[in-house]
Amino acid sequence: MSNITGNEIIHQYLRHNKKFPHVLCAGCGHGIVLGTLIRSIHALGIPKDDVVVVAGIGCSGRLAVYVDFNTVHTTHGRALSFATGIKMSNPKLHVIALMGDGDALSIGGNHLIHAARRNIGVTAMILNNNIYGMTGGQSSPATPEGSTTMTNPYGQLDHSFDTVELARGAGANYVARGTVFHVNRLEKIMMEALERPGFSLVEAITPCHTQFGRKNKYKSPVDMYKWLKSTAIPVERYNELPENKRADRMPIGVFVDRGKPGYEELYYARQENFLKQAAKGGK
Amino acid sequence: MPRPKKRTEIFALGNEAVVEGALLAGCTFFGGYPITPSSEIMEIMATRLPRMEDGVFMQMEDEIASMGAVIGASLTGRKAMTATSGPGFSLMQENLGYAVMAETPMVLVNVMRGGPSTGLPTSPAQGDVQQARWGTHGDHPIIVLSASNVQECLDMTITAFNMAEKYRTPVILLLDEVTSHTREKIELPNEGEYEVFSRTVPSMPPEWYKPYEETVRGVPPMPPIGSGYRFHVTGLTHDRNGFPTQRPEEVVELMDRIHRKIDQFFYDIQLVEEIMTEDCDVCVIAYGSVARSAELAVQQARSNGVKAGLLKLMTLFPYPRRQTEKILSHAKTLVVPEMNMGQMSREVKRVNMGHAAVRTINRVDGQIVTPSEILKVIMQG
Ligand SMILES: Cc1ncc(C[n+]2csc(CCOP(=O)(O)OP(=O)(O)O)c2C)c(N)n1
Ligand code: SF4
Repeated sequence: MSNITGNEIIHQYLRHNKKFPHVLCAGCGHGIVLGTLIRSIHALGIPKDDVVVVAGIGCSGRLAVYVDFNTVHTTHGRALSFATGIKMSNPKLHVIALMGDGDALSIGGNHLIHAARRNIGVTAMILNNNIYGMTGGQSSPATPEGSTTMTNPYGQLDHSFDTVELARGAGANYVARGTVFHVNRLEKIMMEALERPGFSLVEAITPCHTQFGRKNKYKSPVDMYKWLKSTAIPVERYNELPENKRADRMPIGVFVDRGKPGYEELYYARQENFLKQAAKGGK
Repeated sequence: MPRPKKRTEIFALGNEAVVEGALLAGCTFFGGYPITPSSEIMEIMATRLPRMEDGVFMQMEDEIASMGAVIGASLTGRKAMTATSGPGFSLMQENLGYAVMAETPMVLVNVMRGGPSTGLPTSPAQGDVQQARWGTHGDHPIIVLSASNVQECLDMTITAFNMAEKYRTPVILLLDEVTSHTREKIELPNEGEYEVFSRTVPSMPPEWYKPYEETVRGVPPMPPIGSGYRFHVTGLTHDRNGFPTQRPEEVVELMDRIHRKIDQFFYDIQLVEEIMTEDCDVCVIAYGSVARSAELAVQQARSNGVKAGLLKLMTLFPYPRRQTEKILSHAKTLVVPEMNMGQMSREVKRVNMGHAAVRTINRVDGQIVTPSEILKVIMQG
């Protein structure tokens, strides 16, 4: 029996030839998401060489540098398009797209809905911190109405995107939401997402106290985690709440689980048919 | 002795010849978004690739996604391409820069149409010459090729793939509507009759591999993603290990190498066809369909007793300086006809440095440059 701890597992997956320290602020939730992802991959026993982490641009995008997988740090918003090319080219690979909320929902919104519609076999992780972290705290499509940001000093007027509803509507195969406060649940969700065929999307709510908290009512990382603890509730319980009690609560858990085969599976099955026909001399 | 196999002749559209060339070069991935006048390339790929072993065709949601998918495919070791036209080319620029920085081989065909903006969708133009050179941000070298007839569409597509693989870089093939939509008889080369170059893969064990190491040619070996060589690919300025860096000496090393790997192989990259240039007094410098008009004009000038010649550019960038300089030793006039306001004549003037008179012929009305227009200018001497 091995008695290695969570940290030791993670150390096996970090890049030792990379110059640490990392770029994240102390107390940032992004590191927790990365830890969860690593433990899920470890628990599923997926070899490092079979994993490709494709990241967008933002604090979340930087995570790819630190992990010892095949890693591609792409352009802002475009992670899913690179991921699609990789998955179609080599369907054996586990392709994971790591994106920020600005990354995935704003500039990359079109790629997100089409990856979901196409049902490409990629696991998408949206690290939603409700803000543009890396560029210094401007509004993102996930910034809650009424919040203050660098580009909304008078309070956000736009409505905030509901990632889950967006992905569901676009046809994603598997859609779940977790938070970095509820780590075990998030880990379970991630394992499921990695195992599901087709397009899976996990939204991880991760606090950015530096850019979001500071300007709103959460002064410290602790305040932000307390907020996650008090707002997030399992979707099953959320559904039982009366309408008037739902406003300040955020459902977490699994929202969609359709189990349809991925686009690449359908494509290669058809191709095999063509090749069989051709071998028989047909056209 | 086995008799040499007879070449297959087909009657093909320029765009069709591009597909034939790509498949002969080993292309197995196409990602694109429809746009006139390049669409046939995508449509024919859509029919061919899914029936081929390992062939992948994807219609993406836009040109940005097309470039992303093509780069992703190339990272897995495939030869990949996309095709577009003016407005789509503009959308591809950001990821084109990424391909330059991450040293990802790929071929981008841009069938030019009249612009700016959605401009003249079905009319011939050559307005994207400088966009091809400088469209993406930052300082970078780029290889831009062109073709002036249907056979060349096939040949230059193979060349584009070979250069992309040899130098680990995106290669742009700039065509114009006339060439793309001309139908002519062409010959398909037999296997073994043309060079097919594939990127060098590392031979060292994975632990020793440094993805962006200095090499003699300046081109590091490139393993397919998922083959046991785990490394980081990024559009950020990176060190030899591929990790982001801002240290001046590492930044300079990378930028120098990216330039050097193209610079030191000018002779391999700068392709031209020289027609009656040895003794010419007047030399036309042209590319694309305009080079065809120019060839006729040069022949007519010769029969009128004027020593005219044609330097046909098959490589637009890096600009074929050496071949131009050779002509400058005797030619008194250079004539540069093009379907734009003077995008290539700038390059010619830069190399000419006042040696010869440079006369330009420019059309941006969606009409081709005719042989008689060029002849008139040649005859002025
Ligand atoms: C095309 C383009 N536009 C803008 C930027 C600048 N930019 C870098 S990161 C970023 C936003 C990051 O926010 P998010 O995606 O929410 O990730 P976070 O940093 O919060 O994790 C922006 C706008 C860019 N790199 N590229
Ligand atoms: S700015 Fe925000 S998202 Fe970025 S590292 Fe700091 S806390 Fe994390």
